[in-house]
Amino acid sequence: MTEEIIIAGFGGQGVLSMGKILAYSGVMENKEVSWMPSYGPEMRGGTANVTVIISDERISSPIISSYDTAIILNQQSMDKFEKSVKPGGILIYDPNGITRHPERKDINIYTIEATDEASKMGLTKVFNMIILGGFLKLKPIVHAEYIRKGLEKSLPKRHHNMIPENEKAIDRGKEIIEARQLLN
Amino acid sequence: MKGNEAFAEAAIRAGADGYFGYPITPQSEVMEYLMAEKPHERTGMVVLQAESEVAAINMVYGGAACGKRVLTSSSSPGISLKQEGISYIAGAELPCLILNVVRGGPGLGTIQPSQSDYFQSTKGGGHGDYRMIVLAPSSVQEMADFAGLGFELAFKYRNPVMVLSDGAIGQMMEKVELEEQRPRFTEEEIIKNTPWATTGKTKNRERNIITSLNLDSAKQEQHNIDLQKKYKLIQEKETRFELINCEDAEYLIVAYGTSARLSQKAVDLLRNQGIKAGLLRPITLFPFPTEAISKLADRVKGILTVEMSAGQMVEDVKLAVGCRVKVEHFGRMGGIIPSPTEVVEAMHKKIIGG
Repeated sequence: MTEEIIIAGFGGQGVLSMGKILAYSGVMENKEVSWMPSYGPEMRGGTANVTVIISDERISSPIISSYDTAIILNQQSMDKFEKSVKPGGILIYDPNGITRHPERKDINIYTIEATDEASKMGLTKVFNMIILGGFLKLKPIVHAEYIRKGLEKSLPKRHHNMIPENEKAIDRGKEIIEARQLLN
Repeated sequence: MKGNEAFAEAAIRAGADGYFGYPITPQSEVMEYLMAEKPHERTGMVVLQAESEVAAINMVYGGAACGKRVLTSSSSPGISLKQEGISYIAGAELPCLILNVVRGGPGLGTIQPSQSDYFQSTKGGGHGDYRMIVLAPSSVQEMADFAGLGFELAFKYRNPVMVLSDGAIGQMMEKVELEEQRPRFTEEEIIKNTPWATTGKTKNRERNIITSLNLDSAKQEQHNIDLQKKYKLIQEKETRFELINCEDAEYLIVAYGTSARLSQKAVDLLRNQGIKAGLLRPITLFPFPTEAISKLADRVKGILTVEMSAGQMVEDVKLAVGCRVKVEHFGRMGGIIPSPTEVVEAMHKKIIGG
């Protein structure tokens, strides 16, 4: 099993930390992982993205140009990465703020209203965990117990009291993700 | 762990005595990590932010002169500033560890990854006939491993060792296994291990002098001859490389660091197309695996070097090959990382079909 994922959105949406939690969870489950961020000017206000690879085998290149799954959280990222999903792959996006919806016919497309859901839950910070939940519903590549360990590893100790909220958000994400276009 | 963090932790565990640095993207995590870890409490190691890169390298010079295990890190423009100090350290034959997390140049360039400092690292950079041992990590694991190995080689040969990384290896996270903490050497051990160091003159020995200055030309020529002998010995003993799928390879890629990682994927893609491709990954850039490349040149049909530069290592590959087979370069510059599919296309266009 090898899963190649790109997560892309605005800096501050929790793109890099979502990738980090996923990567750490993979490590905890004793899988091979790589986490390759965009850094620098992109992180200072513009767009941020991270490539996460989780595999049972040694990972050759941490830098790739096509992905099994793209998680897209703003319009710039949609413009940049819609075309990079492998045929038959998955594109997940939050329609909030998206003006041009994906047009590809050869991929599976899902939406997740995470921005709305996070504000309904009164916890905008767990936005990224709702998205992560949606992804894990479709691709259960790491088990829930390891996700918890991944959260413990990547959150600073002073925020460990937030872990139950994060887990709740992950569960909520699993419930609210919707198929927009499915291949047969 | 990020590559930069793995290097920093491994340096503490390798028993380093001191780190002197000045922040620059994409390697600032090295000093950030060291400051946060407070190694002065863990092992007694000094971590100091100098007022400039020039100050940092001269602090390394001073620490090394006392027989201490000292290191610095920077990225391309900062490494350029350190060149004078590196030349002096090489001339004075002192051991130290220098990490370069390369970014695109020339000038301030970009903060994105590049491999355009190959010439600077392997052919001098500073003035005079000197060489550094240059280690090129291609994973976070090797960022950690080469901190310890770097110190080992630096002291074995009394020579500066450079770890030539890049922004991608420095910034990415992978799994890493770290060595156990090695205790720092005591003052007594330093006097015993490094009898040349300026540890304070005692009555029963001659004064130790650390200098790169020798106004007597005959003596300076002899010093150069001795240095060249040492470099030759390093070439004989310390050349390291990795061969991937080379047993039956008809087409060879030569690449180091990040380029080696994506070339490995390119080899897989080429093999899926039925093309027998292999990868030679130099681990030491000086000494360069000239002999290994030369041997492979006898049985492959063509060689492609992949570098994130305009083509620097390709010159050393061409020297190794002579004109026996076609050698071409493929690369991207200015902080762009080529994709494995681009490498596959270049192999078809420049070597197989060219």
